[in-house]
Amino acid sequence: MTSLNRFPFDTSVTELLVALRDGRVTSQDLVQAALAQIERYDRRVGAFLAVRGEKAMDQAREVDRRRARGEKLGPLAGLPVAVKDNLCMEGEPTTCASRMLARFVPPYDATVVARLKAADAIIIGKTNLDEFAMGGSTETSAFQKTRNPWDLERIPGGSSGGAAACVAARMVPLSVGSDTGGSIRQPAALCGVTGLKPTYGRVSRFGLVAFASSLDQIGPLAQSAEDCALLLEVLAGHDPRDATSINRSVPPYREVISHRPESIKIGYVPEMLSDGVSPDVVRTMEEALNVFRSLGAEIREVRLPHARYAVATYYIIACSEASSNLARYDGVHYGYRTDEKAMLAELAEERRRLQQEGNLAALDDLDTALVRLYRKTRAEGFGAEVKRRIMLGTYALSAGYYDAYYLKALKVRRLIRQDYDRAFETVDMILGPVTPAPAFRIGEKINDPLAMYLFDLFTVSGNLAGIPALAFPAGLSTEGLPIGVQLQGPPLSEERLLQMGHLFQQVTDWHRRRPPLIEDSPQPA
Amino acid sequence: MSMGDRPYKIVIGLEVHVQLLTESKLFCGCSTKFGAPPNTQTCPVCIGMPGVLPVMNRKAFELAVKTGLALNGEIARFSKWDRKNYYYPDLPKGYQISQYDLPICRGGYLDIPAEDGEGTRRIGIIRVHLEEDAGKSMHDEKAGRADSRIDLNRAGTPLLEIVTKPDLHSPTEAKTFLTELKLLLNYLEVSDCNMQEGSLRVDANINLHIPTDDGGHVATPIVEVKNMNSFRAVERALTYEAQRQYEAFLETGHKLGDVPKQTRGWDEDAQITRPQRSKEESSDYRYFPEPDLVPVTITEEELERIRATLGELPAEIRRRLQTTYQITAYDSDVIVNQGRAFVDYYCRLAQGCGDGKMAANWVQQDVLRTLNERQWTIAQFPVSADNLAELLRKVRAGELDTAKARMVFAEMVEQRCSAAEAVQRLGIVQVDEGELRRLCEELVAANPRVVAEVKAGKDKAIGSLVGQAKKRNPNVNPARVKEICLELIQRQA
Repeated sequence: MTSLNRFPFDTSVTELLVALRDGRVTSQDLVQAALAQIERYDRRVGAFLAVRGEKAMDQAREVDRRRARGEKLGPLAGLPVAVKDNLCMEGEPTTCASRMLARFVPPYDATVVARLKAADAIIIGKTNLDEFAMGGSTETSAFQKTRNPWDLERIPGGSSGGAAACVAARMVPLSVGSDTGGSIRQPAALCGVTGLKPTYGRVSRFGLVAFASSLDQIGPLAQSAEDCALLLEVLAGHDPRDATSINRSVPPYREVISHRPESIKIGYVPEMLSDGVSPDVVRTMEEALNVFRSLGAEIREVRLPHARYAVATYYIIACSEASSNLARYDGVHYGYRTDEKAMLAELAEERRRLQQEGNLAALDDLDTALVRLYRKTRAEGFGAEVKRRIMLGTYALSAGYYDAYYLKALKVRRLIRQDYDRAFETVDMILGPVTPAPAFRIGEKINDPLAMYLFDLFTVSGNLAGIPALAFPAGLSTEGLPIGVQLQGPPLSEERLLQMGHLFQQVTDWHRRRPPLIEDSPQPA
Repeated sequence: MSMGDRPYKIVIGLEVHVQLLTESKLFCGCSTKFGAPPNTQTCPVCIGMPGVLPVMNRKAFELAVKTGLALNGEIARFSKWDRKNYYYPDLPKGYQISQYDLPICRGGYLDIPAEDGEGTRRIGIIRVHLEEDAGKSMHDEKAGRADSRIDLNRAGTPLLEIVTKPDLHSPTEAKTFLTELKLLLNYLEVSDCNMQEGSLRVDANINLHIPTDDGGHVATPIVEVKNMNSFRAVERALTYEAQRQYEAFLETGHKLGDVPKQTRGWDEDAQITRPQRSKEESSDYRYFPEPDLVPVTITEEELERIRATLGELPAEIRRRLQTTYQITAYDSDVIVNQGRAFVDYYCRLAQGCGDGKMAANWVQQDVLRTLNERQWTIAQFPVSADNLAELLRKVRAGELDTAKARMVFAEMVEQRCSAAEAVQRLGIVQVDEGELRRLCEELVAANPRVVAEVKAGKDKAIGSLVGQAKKRNPNVNPARVKEICLELIQRQA
């Protein structure tokens, strides 16, 4: 692999594809490089839950063979891609980082996985996430912590923590994540990579294990907007198996990435740069605004008056939907089931005890075997954060509370969407911070769910409104941690967001910075 | 509403679930055919695997709209799906996709034959909505291990829920309503309503209004009765339940609102209703809009297109048969109950033979009996309406008496031939009018005693001449012989 530098995935995907086509590098070289990088760093980073070493190499060999024979290959032919472990892949464990699905092997591909396969991409492995994508630090994974390659004591963000960390550590050039309340953008920002949450419906959700159906959206993570464009082009498109997918043609995102939009108006919300936001983030935002100004954009202030209710609204809607979406994990049909013998023995023991005590009321209330199976299966199969959200959602949907919580949240959601509609009448896109601060330390917020939820302050509105948003690196904190910003646009404005992101990345190099982890490590021979 | 001979008035509302006749399930492509080995008609969508999504079967939606139109309801131009959340092993997603606040159809009614046989009674419909069926739990308790097995073939089958107003006032009327509804759904080709196969299920809400001295009434607590597996079971269960409520009221004095709503199951073996566990009734289903599906809209054009497929419905057909062919309400009922193909057969026959009443008698007696004996449908019946009309015309023309016509009919069925052919096969030769007259003249001349008796007013004596004529030529039409002989005798006078 002489023609590529020692971190092959520092090279843009476009260049890698040219190198592959010209025969300067083979798919086997790339997959080997990815596996080597994973081997080297992932014991410390913990980005992957499963690596398909042999199978990926076999596929790479096959792609190389087909290329040698001159066959027509897909747009991502031979490129290693990582897939978040809440995306179903036929014959491969799909765990959602939960004990509940630890041994679940789907008999079907998610539409995005099928599209990656059809594009001849090589799926190198499944990345770690917060359990069922519920979390913002990847700490709620039932299996392992993922560490931020920029500082192994810090979280990579979440829930697509593994997806962002593996790109940051140059293990893969492309990674697929999902974003329900910021789960692509937030880890992208904290790990110094680029990530896009597309318009709701732009990418099929079929085969994405649902967290909150009306908010979930799949999207790309990579080092640059250009690479994201390439991946989005493969992921996006109408899918008859997803009734909420948008039936509109997919623009050639990669091809048009260099088109420079004329007279762009970029808005920003001044309130978002005030209280509670770290000075590093404020400075980064101001610098980014200046970059765009220098690129000829007109900068305007805009208002999103209902943004302050976004976190509350988001957690009611997301948890309500989650409480229903996760009901299927009951130990009856598939997935984790409690030890039945032990459960029945326990129940018999309780009955005996209550009979001895003559406690008839408690006897009458005693679970049936079926109810106890549900209770124990779910108590043992789910982690604390998932249980918390199921309880919150169940409460919000319950008779007597529905109007005050769920229904009210739906109304506020409409107002938040209207805020954006109004804002986009005067500006083409809105630049804002992704997080109020850089990556926090592992364990810092895990026992303070509210603080954790408030960290989602800038990202959840985009999901509630269903609009696209591109997060990209725009600076480093005084401690040397990456800080990202995001561009949000009206529905189906991915093309423009990517163009503006690309333009920004033409004149800055934040997206090319490497985490000290791989800089400091001894060089491979 | 009369109370009949009961000391109370019965108030019944029904909740009917019917499976729709679609090829595939409501939200996936699996077959809905009944009777396949357990769990062979399933896919990741209908067994609720992680990450899969439902996609609506438009055909099921159209059948629901068709039913709503036939029930004279208001079709929603915009309806949506909701999730009904509850845990049960035969509900693999932990929720049922149903419709909560925006059903496909609201209001409407079904006219049913009145109990006294005079006219019709109008039963109001509250709503019609579409939902997915659950799977089936099979409990094998005789092994003592209470083993349960789950068959998910049925999970996801489109199910229409039809809720009536509490307009039914007797168990018999409830049964009549169900019979009429089933007939309507058969005519619409919306459902086969087979209770054995579970394609029609019914629950009933029932209470009593007991008159008070001041001219008003007290209402007893409403009870939901489940587990009724035939229309007859519905009638019996409700009859039992009404009497039970009356006795309970006399004993406890409990009125509506005094106790929580109770659910009771019909025990077919014991012929009684039994209370079901109270834990099984109190549920908060936490309905909320199904985020995986988009709302369903329907345009005026689509609505008109569906309306055009309704065809003539049972009540209209009954009216038409009565006025066009001058038959009784009872006759039209029997004919319409046999289904659309049978009605078509009857109409063609009535037109072909020119006598609606005669046609009605023949289809109800001879045709229906043959169909029943041979287990045929009208489509399999070998005698076409045109051929049978030919036979009936011969009867009307006096060429055949009824007894002979029946023989010819039987021959037509056996040989699958026309009436003329059957007559020939049986050797029934039409006796020439001149020949017949000569025969009668001979008989009158040879039997002066008989002629004298007839002249004396003993009409019956003519039978002797008819008998002799039949002996000399078995093909003569006895009625005609009688006619001619009488005429000859009168002319002598």
